[in-house]
Amino acid sequence: MSVLIFIDTAEGHVKKASLEALTYGAKVAEQLGTTAEAVVLGTTQDDLPALGKYGVKKIHHVNNDNLNHLDAQVYTKVIAEVAAACGADTIIFSNNVNGKAIAPRLSARLKAGLVAGAVALPDTSQGFVVKKNVFSGKAYAMISVSTPVRIIALSPNAYQTLAGEGTAEVVAFNTSADAPKVKLVSVNKASGEVPLTEAEIVVSAGRGMKGPEHWGIVEELARTLHAATACSRPVADAHWRPHNEHVGQTGFAIAPNLYIAIGISGAIQHLAGVNRSKVIVVINKDPEAPFFKAADYGIVGDAFEVVPRMTAAIKKLRGIA
Amino acid sequence: MKILVCISKTPDTTAKIAFTDNNTKFDVNGVQWIINPYDEWYSLVRAIELKEADASTLIHLVTVGAADAEPIIRKALALGGDEAIRVNTDSHDSFYIAAQIAEVARQGGYDLVFTGKETIDYNGSSIGGMVAELLDLPYISLATKFELAGTTATVTREIEGGEEVNEVALPFVLSATKGMAEARIPNMRGIMAARTKPLKVQEPVAVDALTSVSGFGLPPAKAGVKLVDAENVEELVRLLHEEAKSI
Ligand SMILES: Cc1cc2nc3c(=O)[nH]c(=O)nc-3n(C[C@H](O)[C@H](O)[C@H](O)COP(=O)(O)OP(=O)(O)OC[C@H]3O[C@@H](n4cnc5c(N)ncnc54)[C@H](O)[C@@H]3O)c2cc1C
Ligand SMILES: Nc1ncnc2c1ncn2[C@@H]1O[C@H](COP(=O)(O)O)[C@@H](O)[C@H]1O
Repeated sequence: MSVLIFIDTAEGHVKKASLEALTYGAKVAEQLGTTAEAVVLGTTQDDLPALGKYGVKKIHHVNNDNLNHLDAQVYTKVIAEVAAACGADTIIFSNNVNGKAIAPRLSARLKAGLVAGAVALPDTSQGFVVKKNVFSGKAYAMISVSTPVRIIALSPNAYQTLAGEGTAEVVAFNTSADAPKVKLVSVNKASGEVPLTEAEIVVSAGRGMKGPEHWGIVEELARTLHAATACSRPVADAHWRPHNEHVGQTGFAIAPNLYIAIGISGAIQHLAGVNRSKVIVVINKDPEAPFFKAADYGIVGDAFEVVPRMTAAIKKLRGIA
Repeated sequence: MKILVCISKTPDTTAKIAFTDNNTKFDVNGVQWIINPYDEWYSLVRAIELKEADASTLIHLVTVGAADAEPIIRKALALGGDEAIRVNTDSHDSFYIAAQIAEVARQGGYDLVFTGKETIDYNGSSIGGMVAELLDLPYISLATKFELAGTTATVTREIEGGEEVNEVALPFVLSATKGMAEARIPNMRGIMAARTKPLKVQEPVAVDALTSVSGFGLPPAKAGVKLVDAENVEELVRLLHEEAKSI
């Protein structure tokens, strides 16, 4: 028996969400009294043995050119082979973009019960029960998995990465991966910016900003905090901001350490995408704005005055002139 | 071309979330049901656009659910599906639902299977991938754009911090998210036509669910907001630094 963790990479680099999955998987292994192993596919550039500091003992590296880009069908077959070879009864993914493509396939292939979007360690006192968010974070469910093999896809930002000591043994796993049917044509990434779904801090603004020409103060605050920027749906719909900034029920669901909401009323559909943030700060000129009920800290005031003051205060704290 | 569009029924986005039977069942009392927004706004409308571009396209809808899902499936027909199939069951395990959809897909021989990114109640993001595996077809998740030239599709999908464009030949399965299409509302002609469009009910195939819900709960309420004066923003920054330790 073992716990097998899937290490997800982008351009050969291990994603932050996978470090969370490794830390979580090692803890699950400890709970089950087995060892934590991992699998990584395709060419990598990072120091794989160093990932041992997250608790993983052995990493199976399937270095095959057919695996340099995600084709979930091909990946699933290979991961299933590795899982069988190391006798894995618990398989861990991050529930990030690639996890969402692979974990369900593997679940169907292995007839292994899947908990997609887990937010806590399994409870093994009675069977195998894992907590996940449902109703867009407005509630949680305890999912009981009774199959011999189980798969957990861990929600990004739900489990803290913890680095200790140790190096992992990296072993080559040889198999003939099928040629991918999904061909990569191009990648389009906003360079230099912090990806919204991976950001520790998110600065978000809504219709209260009155128009796209006023976003300078929002971006300046985000830059000062090394934060990603986000927006409410009407703002994206009006093309004030790009669609990939839209958070909420029908946009991205995020869980940063800090979410700063500026001129956003706090409609239930907006909250559904941000209610897992650890700390929420609301800046709104209306003291009755519903967002204050979901906030940890708030300022009732005009964003056009408060936001520049906040940027200045943070610069002062950080010793930036 | 034949497209199978998966349609699920979810509580309205403003529905009150509460549980009954010792927190083991969702309280449906007074809940309004809608078509899952990802299914309606993105996946179904994109399929309809493909039909508008090529009139020989057939759109079949499938929903796995009890008879109370019929108003939802009629609305989807009013938007533009050609016919619908309801697999008559109450089960909610993703794998069980996926197995039913895969069976319908096998019978119909579709070129494309469209699902939504996720249901807004269960948030599984799972069914599309499971269906693809059961059919042994490629799967593209979180698709934001879909273009077709002959039998090759160009699909844009979300990745961390951006998007990527992929090419894949039919048949395959995709999950649709924002960007695929713009939401529409059904018109009178569509609503009238939907009344006479075929809605076939079939019984489920026997499959074992892989998971079950042992209970629900609500997150603990927030302690309450700490308000800071607008003239004293430095105090907010101090609290975020020293108390919340978030900056
Ligand atoms: C099915 C469905 C799905 C939806 N999905 C989403 C979703 O995913 N994400 C989403 O965001 N919305 C979603 N919505 C829309 C949602 O219901 C709200 O309409 C939307 O969130 C409101 O956006 P807003 O807060 O920016 O604008 P408004 O509601 O107009 O609020 C603007 C706020 O700015 C404040 N303000 C104005 N001027 C200032 C100032 N100078 N300084 C400070 N504050 C100021 C006002 O007091 C007000 O509270 C959805 C709706 C439906 C029906
Ligand atoms: N009961 C159902 N019947 C038909 N399609 C469904 C059903 N449940 C989910 N789906 C489809 O699968 C997608 C993903 O659902 P989920 O994996 O539950 O988040 C949804 O957006 C629907 O397109």
